[in-house]
Amino acid sequence: MTLHIPTTEAQACAIVKSVIDSGVPLSIGGGGTRAGLGRPTQTQSTLSSAGLTGITLYEPAEMVIAARAGTPLAEVERTLAERGQMLPFEPMDHRALLGTDGEPTIGAVAAGNISGPRRINAGAARDSLIGIRLVNGRGEAIKSGGRVMKNVTGLDLVKLVAGSYGTLGFLTEVTFRVLPKPERILTLAWRGLSDEAAVALLCTALGSPYEPFAASHLPAGIGAAQPRTLLRLENFSDSIDYRSRELIALLGAHGAPERIEGQDSVELWRDVRDARVFAGTDEAIWRLSVAPTAGPKATAAIAARVPGARWFYDWGGGLVWLAVPAGADAAADAIRTAIRPLGGHATLVRAPAAIRASVPVFEPLPEPLMRVTAGIKTSFDPAGIFEPGRMYAGV
Amino acid sequence: MSAIAFPIPDQSILARREEIVAGLATLVAPEALITAEDERRPYETDALTAYRRLPLAVVLPSTTAEVAAVLKFCGEQGVPVVPRGAGTSLAGGAIPQEDAVVIGVSKMNRILSIDYANRTAKVQAGVTNLAVTGEVSAEGFFYAPDPSSQLACSIGGNIGMNSGGAHCLKYGVTTNNVLGVTMVLLDGSIVEVGGAHLDAAGYDILGLINGSEGQLGIITEATVRILRAAEGARPVLFGFPTSEQAGAAVAAIIGAGIIPVAMEFMDKPAIEICEAFAHAGYPMDVEALLIIEVEGSDTEMDAQLARIVAIAREHGVKTVKESKSAMEAAAIWKGRKSAFGATGRIADYICMDGTIPTGQLPYVLRRMAEIVKGYGLRVANVFHAGDGNLHPLILYNCNDPVEAQKAEDAGMDILKLCVEVGGCLTGEHGVGIEKRDLMTFQFNPEDLNQQMRVRAVFDQRWLLNPAKVFPLEGRVAA
Repeated sequence: MTLHIPTTEAQACAIVKSVIDSGVPLSIGGGGTRAGLGRPTQTQSTLSSAGLTGITLYEPAEMVIAARAGTPLAEVERTLAERGQMLPFEPMDHRALLGTDGEPTIGAVAAGNISGPRRINAGAARDSLIGIRLVNGRGEAIKSGGRVMKNVTGLDLVKLVAGSYGTLGFLTEVTFRVLPKPERILTLAWRGLSDEAAVALLCTALGSPYEPFAASHLPAGIGAAQPRTLLRLENFSDSIDYRSRELIALLGAHGAPERIEGQDSVELWRDVRDARVFAGTDEAIWRLSVAPTAGPKATAAIAARVPGARWFYDWGGGLVWLAVPAGADAAADAIRTAIRPLGGHATLVRAPAAIRASVPVFEPLPEPLMRVTAGIKTSFDPAGIFEPGRMYAGV
Repeated sequence: MSAIAFPIPDQSILARREEIVAGLATLVAPEALITAEDERRPYETDALTAYRRLPLAVVLPSTTAEVAAVLKFCGEQGVPVVPRGAGTSLAGGAIPQEDAVVIGVSKMNRILSIDYANRTAKVQAGVTNLAVTGEVSAEGFFYAPDPSSQLACSIGGNIGMNSGGAHCLKYGVTTNNVLGVTMVLLDGSIVEVGGAHLDAAGYDILGLINGSEGQLGIITEATVRILRAAEGARPVLFGFPTSEQAGAAVAAIIGAGIIPVAMEFMDKPAIEICEAFAHAGYPMDVEALLIIEVEGSDTEMDAQLARIVAIAREHGVKTVKESKSAMEAAAIWKGRKSAFGATGRIADYICMDGTIPTGQLPYVLRRMAEIVKGYGLRVANVFHAGDGNLHPLILYNCNDPVEAQKAEDAGMDILKLCVEVGGCLTGEHGVGIEKRDLMTFQFNPEDLNQQMRVRAVFDQRWLLNPAKVFPLEGRVAA
């Protein structure tokens, strides 16, 4: 095993150029907390971002922050918090779910498009990612986007790189748009609702003018005996008073909610964000992305095919976190067959490496899109040296 | 103006025109194929009217299958294709060339379905931006991206240009509001990218399509997010003695944790032009105007405005004018949104579109004035202050070729200035033909080559909108 730790972008370029001829593929490493995502790769060398750290630009009044890829996420979040700001997309921390330790980095947040419950309102990481620098598979330093929010200059390679899990290049610097932290956060929690009733409540709330920032449902047995349906409001304090009152009235048919603030609220949403209720088990964990009202239909269809399946909903029902007995194939066929008629897709987030090597981790794509995907990979990385096969076999 | 080069038409294609037209005629209904010269004439330009080229033929299909058949045919014949929405591009994104077939989606203008529970609408690409909001407004919903041309521009064109507008400070641009598309590739394959769910599978090809200016394929349908409108919205006018004070107030508002739904800036020449046209009650004794719009219930808007007004006072605001009625609110926005039209009444102008870091605003305003004055011309500025997207309007006389060239040169100098201070060449209009040759100023050869290699994955032979976005020389394959 060779570990490359460049301390400058130029060094990273030189390292990539040096391995192109040898054809030795590279894994890309940051804090290592998300190394178990995707298909297992067979690589002898790792190119690490650990030597590329530090915030390079922070302009609170312009709502923009840039950092080298290996900068700990915690450092970015702490720096923003000092000026009353935050990353809008509330990135998930995979450590509890994947049983990893180490320090999540800002580069991996971009590379994995790592988002959290706020995604339903504020968008995913890719929506806030406005600029990147990366080293492509030719050993060239490339930039795309920049430090301004509105930019339609040329092709938006920023989006393409967000969520590409290092298969297109080695990120050296990322730039995000940030937002002010809300003055106050209030969680409303209803108890005892069925999945269908809960998703109906969440859809009504998300279609109201009162602007919930997060909307989740935890069925019975997921973290508590009783089902809990959660809405999170964020705003100036007086607005929260008004909006919560109006929402409770609007949703009166579902009963009166409990009000949760402070540390209890923080921990509750951290559990949802990080899927902590599935931490420490040996179940296979899936992440389904569907239209919100399709969420309960998807889980009902899966439950009929996969005994022992457990789940909860985020994004008003549009994100389903699903735990199934690991078995031989983590119930991949059953799950994908169940959701196909509903639209959407499934990603295997946690399973033993042997299963992740044998079943498609990411949703298989139709032939023309697979062709485009392979072409995009080749356009960035013609020798196929970055994370070979991490997303799709042969890509 | 004639400074921007067009590719030399391929004589072998021109020579085969009758054959190509005959081939197209077998693929679409007779009324969908436009071949007569006078009927092709309306398609020779878009909103960058200084440039025009008569296309080989125009096809206006009614279905995705027809688009696929036409695209496949053109691909096989090696004929360039110029996709067209409503033709409102200000950057020349839909201007054809003599050897190209225009494929317009204007007949595909149906709203296919609305799903309020999931807050999505499925529409055909030729639906206008405002028609989407029109369809859902009775239920209290709207489609967020709001380019000034929203009455006329199409969703397909919006996706092609990743269009924005005054309210993107809070709601984002097109790429943040599109969940899925049906797109036809050059070989005639029909692909679905994304859908009614968030975060499509695989590489973010949807993100790549947004803003790709018709170079990757032709979009025929889209699933867009619709949002529930706030209970109320109120624009307020703030007049400042200097541009610096207005700029500092914008920074302080954001620094205080307030994100208004829009923050628009106008300088004195723009104020005068817009007031003369719209009679919106703009103050005439100030150097800079901010229109700040807040949303929410009446009490919430009062509270947020109180915070904003206090900050504005700390920065020397001279006039604060709240809209007291829906009519007054509409007048305030009418003044701003008619800036381009109102300017057109007093002079010819070119509208530039660059973005800068907002902290550079005072410097850039000063330098822009110097640049334009250096060419002996005048400039009026309206722009989105919250996100630094500038729209200098350079006034000139189009009947004077020397002055026209000066206006174009001044515009290019201003765009270079935007890049120099850390911004970019275009914030919402796109590159088109207009800024194509400046791309090498913002990007180095490696950056540009990587973009072109990605482009070539979809179109090896550069047949799709070929003379746009990238410099004509230096094309690379995948």
